[in-house]
Amino acid sequence: MQQAYKVTGGDFVNAGKASSSVKGILKQLNVPAGLIKRVVVALYEAEVNVAAHAYSGDILVEIDSDQVHIRVADSGPGIEDIQMAMKEGFSTASKEVREMGFGAGMGLANIKKNSDTFHIASVPGEGTTVEIINKLTD
Amino acid sequence: MKIQEIVHIINGRILTPGLDIGREISRAFSSDLMSDVLTRDYEDTVLITGLANLQAIRTAEMSDIGLIIIARGKEVGEEMVQLAESSDIVLIKSAYSLFRISGLLYEAGIKPIF
Repeated sequence: MQQAYKVTGGDFVNAGKASSSVKGILKQLNVPAGLIKRVVVALYEAEVNVAAHAYSGDILVEIDSDQVHIRVADSGPGIEDIQMAMKEGFSTASKEVREMGFGAGMGLANIKKNSDTFHIASVPGEGTTVEIINKLTD
Repeated sequence: MKIQEIVHIINGRILTPGLDIGREISRAFSSDLMSDVLTRDYEDTVLITGLANLQAIRTAEMSDIGLIIIARGKEVGEEMVQLAESSDIVLIKSAYSLFRISGLLYEAGIKPIF
């Protein structure tokens, strides 16, 4: 099963809709709650990152019987130093993003924590792509 | 502890009357920072927060949190209430501060998550 979603930069009203939709699908497929939580927390953090930092983003979610493969590709300023961005506490988020309850520099590290396989690639001035793969079997 | 009892203790008001308030709550996490909320696992937990926006509801939804207390009498928009209802998250509003709500519930036997 394949699902595609769009995220708009700066849109904190709709950020989370894709994660909510994926949560509903995984629940219908009777995936254990603990595994669903890992997938949707990782995806939600990625959605918030697009809303907080990018101009727009495309989410592609592929659900198979044994895994969920998520790709979040955004058009945006990109990340100059990925190693630094992965560090807990490092953030370039705006005051507005912090007022929304985010931007504490924990998102990327939390995505990694909630992924079985995590990849991130970025081209400064073009955008960032995050790949999240989670197995659906214990 | 039943939600009804929590409402009484914190002098709160239920904003989602259509939802089941029979659920048991045994733990609490107090935070205005959703990034922190998203890093933990929860069971029968109430989120106590002063952050009154849609992302507080979304964060609870992704974290499997079934009850949110909005502290400090913050204005709760109709969109928040609707999202909480559709996500099956009970929403309570209280005029008390985050510290006061946390203290009262701790005293009544609600445990911290860590």
